[in-house]
Amino acid sequence: MKAYFDNSATTRCLPEATELMVHLLQEEYGNPSSLHTMGSNAEKYITEAKKKIAKTLKAQEKEIIFTSGGTESDNLAILGAVEANKRAGNHLITTAVEHAAVSATMAHLEELGYEVTYLPVDETGVISLDDLKAALREDTILVSIMAVNNEMGALEPIEEAGKVIKEFNPSIVYHVDAIQGYGKIQIIPKKMNIDLLSVSGHKIHGPKGVGFLYIKERTKIRPIIFGGGHQKGMRSGTENVPAVAALGVAAERIYENLEEKREYLYGLRDYFVEEVTKIPGVSVNGRTGRQIAPHIVSVSIKGVRAEVILHTLEEKDIYVSAGSACSSNKPAISKTLKAIHLDQNLLDSTVRFSFSTENTMEEIDYALEIMRSVIPMLQKYTRR
Amino acid sequence: MYSAFLIKYAEIATKGKNRYLFEDALVHNINFQLKNVDGKFNVRKEQGRIYVETDGEYDYEETVAALKRVFGIVGICPVVLVEDQGFEQLAKDVIAHIEEAYKDKNFTFKVDARRARKNYPMNSMEINAAIGERVLEAFPETRVDVHNPQVLLRIEVRPKINIYSVEIPGPGGMPLGTAGKAMLLLSGGIDSPVAGYMIAKRGVTIEATYFHAPPYTSERAKQKVVDLAKKVARYTGPIKLNVVNFTDIQLYIYEKCPHEELTIIMRRYMMKIAEHFAQESKCLGLITGESIGQVASQTMQSLAATNEVCTMPVYRPLIALDKQDIVEISEKIDTYETSILPFEDCCTIFVAKHPVTKPNLNVIKKSEEKLTERIDELMKTAIETVEVINCEPEE
Repeated sequence: MKAYFDNSATTRCLPEATELMVHLLQEEYGNPSSLHTMGSNAEKYITEAKKKIAKTLKAQEKEIIFTSGGTESDNLAILGAVEANKRAGNHLITTAVEHAAVSATMAHLEELGYEVTYLPVDETGVISLDDLKAALREDTILVSIMAVNNEMGALEPIEEAGKVIKEFNPSIVYHVDAIQGYGKIQIIPKKMNIDLLSVSGHKIHGPKGVGFLYIKERTKIRPIIFGGGHQKGMRSGTENVPAVAALGVAAERIYENLEEKREYLYGLRDYFVEEVTKIPGVSVNGRTGRQIAPHIVSVSIKGVRAEVILHTLEEKDIYVSAGSACSSNKPAISKTLKAIHLDQNLLDSTVRFSFSTENTMEEIDYALEIMRSVIPMLQKYTRR
Repeated sequence: MYSAFLIKYAEIATKGKNRYLFEDALVHNINFQLKNVDGKFNVRKEQGRIYVETDGEYDYEETVAALKRVFGIVGICPVVLVEDQGFEQLAKDVIAHIEEAYKDKNFTFKVDARRARKNYPMNSMEINAAIGERVLEAFPETRVDVHNPQVLLRIEVRPKINIYSVEIPGPGGMPLGTAGKAMLLLSGGIDSPVAGYMIAKRGVTIEATYFHAPPYTSERAKQKVVDLAKKVARYTGPIKLNVVNFTDIQLYIYEKCPHEELTIIMRRYMMKIAEHFAQESKCLGLITGESIGQVASQTMQSLAATNEVCTMPVYRPLIALDKQDIVEISEKIDTYETSILPFEDCCTIFVAKHPVTKPNLNVIKKSEEKLTERIDELMKTAIETVEVINCEPEE
């Protein structure tokens, strides 16, 4: 049996989206900027995808800008908003547990002279609104908070934070990195006071190399990529029509029967957490029940290095991540796990299981069975 | 403008009656390295030297880079080859060569003419004087210095006339395939690829053995070693890599023996297994990247303890080099970037905080007695389940 539990790293592309991509690469391959019918045909697919995505967010089509993926969306949001609002101030706020697409961009801005406040998190990875209130200043121009933490699934209070920010000063730009949250929780930017929202295609059964940034109308933001003025000048470069169209399909599908899907994932998650913590030396990080994202489980295994359990499971066709797999060939210690003050001995012994609706209870049982047998064996050969 | 390369080799010239063997190997190896270079080449021996002649367009940079990988070559001289069309034409050709080869003409020079073809109307001294005069006329900034010239301008009258003044250093050493075969213990580190390179440079054909310990070491760590072998193979030709699964042996030692002796005992078994494959492949020795005192397992006492299990000679070309020297060579042969990729190798996974640095052989042997029950069987399995990967030179 194969069990792919690394859906927060990437997901399988929907067959329907895959077929559409192939069709658009082979048959209707026009450039949406071309004036002839092949061009306008291609443009229709872009419009269609925007419509589908806008619907999932209860937003307007014109508020969707396509990008090359989550990292670019985060960069465009932060760098673009800071550039457009730099005269209003010099201060930015984010959290200590952001993905590198946000935290490295913030570090870059610090080098350029901006001041960044990193909100701490509790032992479950969640920020406190009081900390946020205390951090807000007259010269704050942007706040960036992730919806769901990629390493442990912590749900950040994005709606409440939006209220706090806008009550303090409505012209502060509020960015939400929803790369792990989109498709798992309902997000309505307008209601939640979100100005900018980043989403990646391949985390929701769409293709890699595509994503979008929701930009609430009238948000002050400047482009970071210049060229032919595509997408109203906000993101130059010929639209990746096949990937954009496929993303539209994936977005529409993932929000179909969202509640049912969430129930299904919570079913898998709750069962897995209950059973896996029965194995001696195994613990699960973060909150439980509905207080955490439905698809991510951070598991610490005392005395077993993350890479070792990962390769052991891999031999049994079970695929998980060590810390956050995104980009990391380097066995660096996770920033998030440090931020929650995880026991020093567990920092390098934590793996992430991330589920999708394609996973089954049988796969969970299979993984549990394997873990029950290999963990005691691996713990025997722990580093003395 | 250069239509040939004159290949200089040093030590081969002292090889007496075996000389042709070394020269033939050199010609063969030059052809091998030039195989993937754009251009047509003819490699030939002529009167105790080797010429690489080009035919039509070729990539100069790539050609030189390829020749610089041929062990045995000490110098590569790009040569202008011209037909004998009289002295006037020769003088023009020499001036054209200088014009193109030296941007800054402010140098001292000396003309060194040789006449292998004795029917040439001028003798060597006359050519020296006449060409020197023409050069001085054409480039007034130049000066003659017969004792310590910055540019030694060679003019050799053979069937054709050779003009050359530039000598690019080659790697030196002896032609590959002239010295027998040895087994390299290849890890993913900086040292062992360099050790393999250095021994190969003496003409030795290389095979390699790598120990991995899944699931404690990853598939990527193994791929890294394959990549390193492919890089070294650019110099040595294809390397047969034996990948040995060492996990069970390692865990068994870990379970039975004192922790601080783990690395030494492990290395003793690695040497034994490597020697097994070496004997199978008719190797004449083992090669390691050890250097005195670099780590606990490379103190003189530790080296003595690991050496003791081998019956073959163990060649340790880095034994007296400092880490920085080794790094410099690894940068030169382009293995450094790969070596420093951060994957755990099997020597570090269970390493003790304070491993023994002065192991006592009797104590080690005593500890190894605790392994008698299963070690033979585990060694046998490790040897039988070897995975052999043929590592072709990286393009």
